[in-house]
Amino acid sequence: MSSVTFNGIKTLMRKEVTRIVRIWSQTLLPPAITMTLYFVIFGNLIGSRIGQMGGFDYMSFIVPGLVMMAVITSSYGNMVSSFFGAKFARHVEELLVSPMPNWAILTGYVSGSLFRGLAVGLIVTIISLFFTEIKIHNVWIIISTVVLTSIVFSLGGFINAAFAKKFDDIAIIPTFVLTPLTYLGGVFYSISLLPDFWQKVSLINPVLYMVNTFRYGFLGVSDINVAVAYGIIISFVLILGFISWYILHKGIGLRS
Amino acid sequence: MQHAIDIKNLVKTYKDGTQALKGVDLKVEAGEIFALLGPNGAGKSTLIGIISSLVNMTSGEVKAFGKDLVKNRTEVKAMIGLVPQEFNFNMFEKPIDIVANQAGYYGVPRKVALERTEKYLKQLQLWEKRNTISRGLSGGMKRRLMIARAMVNEPRILILDEPTAGVDIEIRRSMWSFVEEIAAQGTTIILTTHYLEEAEQLCKNIAIIDHGEIVRNTTIKDLLKTLDIETFIFDLDKTPDEKLLAALDARVRDDNSIEMDVPKSKNLNSVFKQIDEAGYCVSSMRNKANRLEELFVKMIENNTETKSSQPTPGGAA
Repeated sequence: MSSVTFNGIKTLMRKEVTRIVRIWSQTLLPPAITMTLYFVIFGNLIGSRIGQMGGFDYMSFIVPGLVMMAVITSSYGNMVSSFFGAKFARHVEELLVSPMPNWAILTGYVSGSLFRGLAVGLIVTIISLFFTEIKIHNVWIIISTVVLTSIVFSLGGFINAAFAKKFDDIAIIPTFVLTPLTYLGGVFYSISLLPDFWQKVSLINPVLYMVNTFRYGFLGVSDINVAVAYGIIISFVLILGFISWYILHKGIGLRS
Repeated sequence: MQHAIDIKNLVKTYKDGTQALKGVDLKVEAGEIFALLGPNGAGKSTLIGIISSLVNMTSGEVKAFGKDLVKNRTEVKAMIGLVPQEFNFNMFEKPIDIVANQAGYYGVPRKVALERTEKYLKQLQLWEKRNTISRGLSGGMKRRLMIARAMVNEPRILILDEPTAGVDIEIRRSMWSFVEEIAAQGTTIILTTHYLEEAEQLCKNIAIIDHGEIVRNTTIKDLLKTLDIETFIFDLDKTPDEKLLAALDARVRDDNSIEMDVPKSKNLNSVFKQIDEAGYCVSSMRNKANRLEELFVKMIENNTETKSSQPTPGGAA
């Protein structure tokens, strides 16, 4: 990588991180409040009546899922709002006229979303410590899964933002796709509770693989094969990464 | 001789079928201030958009200092600074961040980027406002901020798309000085403007674009030579009466001033003689700075007439 490209990526990363920290009350605080409510309501109040899930008390079971849910929402939300905002206000042109390669522009934006995803994940994990003890089965699986998942949803947010023409267009995917996939992705339950048919249907949900691999990193239990899950998550990174690069290369939604 | 910009047969057709550029050929000499004029919708912004990589070309060739835009896009982008017509910076960021970040996107290390940011914000009288949220800047300041941002990568070619639109006369003149200063340092400048006085003041060469075609590409001097009527303003010692106005075929400009179109064939001495004989004194006289404007309007009108007189494909015989 040339020093020119490296300086470009560093600048874009700095700009994104500064933005996220500057507006912390919109970027870091809301997931902390929402997840605290989940811990109180689902973990403490309802969870105590549910008993065990997958061999663990319900609070311990849902913590990894809720952390992952916050990471997914924050990574996607950061990219879609930041990139669409830049496109809408036309300051994305600052990057389009610059000699930064397309992959470097993508890397800069993904790094910003990754930062927000990981920061939110860390905050939610710290909050969960007030409600339960956290076991760590394999720290490398935890880190790699959360990083890859954050990248997948950052790229998804980028594609959404590139095609979006108005603010409504960036709200549709999170509401009608992301939220159902996350809620049905094994955050609150093990798919072993479902009838056979619905277990098979659940397997087409990519979030299931991410949540279960992440949970495996904490608890050492998973509804699906972890190696298969890695294969699926990495495939998503590569496919969405290529689509995003192609969008920038052709200027889809960006250049007339 | 290597040109700063060399454009051959450039065509741009938008998805809706609009042909914005119909085979434009254009050469801009290195180090000059070049004016690009044209009415709204003529294709100026499309042309600038293609040169600065914001618009994809349909066909043709664009070279900057001999480097082909398509084959050497990164190198060409590194040579160009753009000041667009509309504000396109993040209104919630501070000028210091906007300018320093732009330098970073061009690969300038942070320390150097901050030094250059200080230099250009000071040159454009924005240093005091460096930490103000940009939304709070005045229109003139926002425009100067975009110039500072375009200059921070020290481009060899600076494109200014109507840089003085909406700024007051004092700031406009200080921006002209700045443009002349950077041109003197060797930067090639391409300027689009609606203020024809601006083109006349700053530029040596000019291209007039209309309906996606270059209708004239020459020096401003040669262009003005083709103008056969000049408009003069005479300041008189008293209010002119109808008799004088009729004798001179002049118009009242204000209380003691008249405005008069004088054909080049007419001797100005005869005009002074008529005024003198009518009992008036001329206290001062000046050329109305709209010569280029008159010419521009005539040229565009002629081009429109020519186009409308041409039979349209499929039209009635």
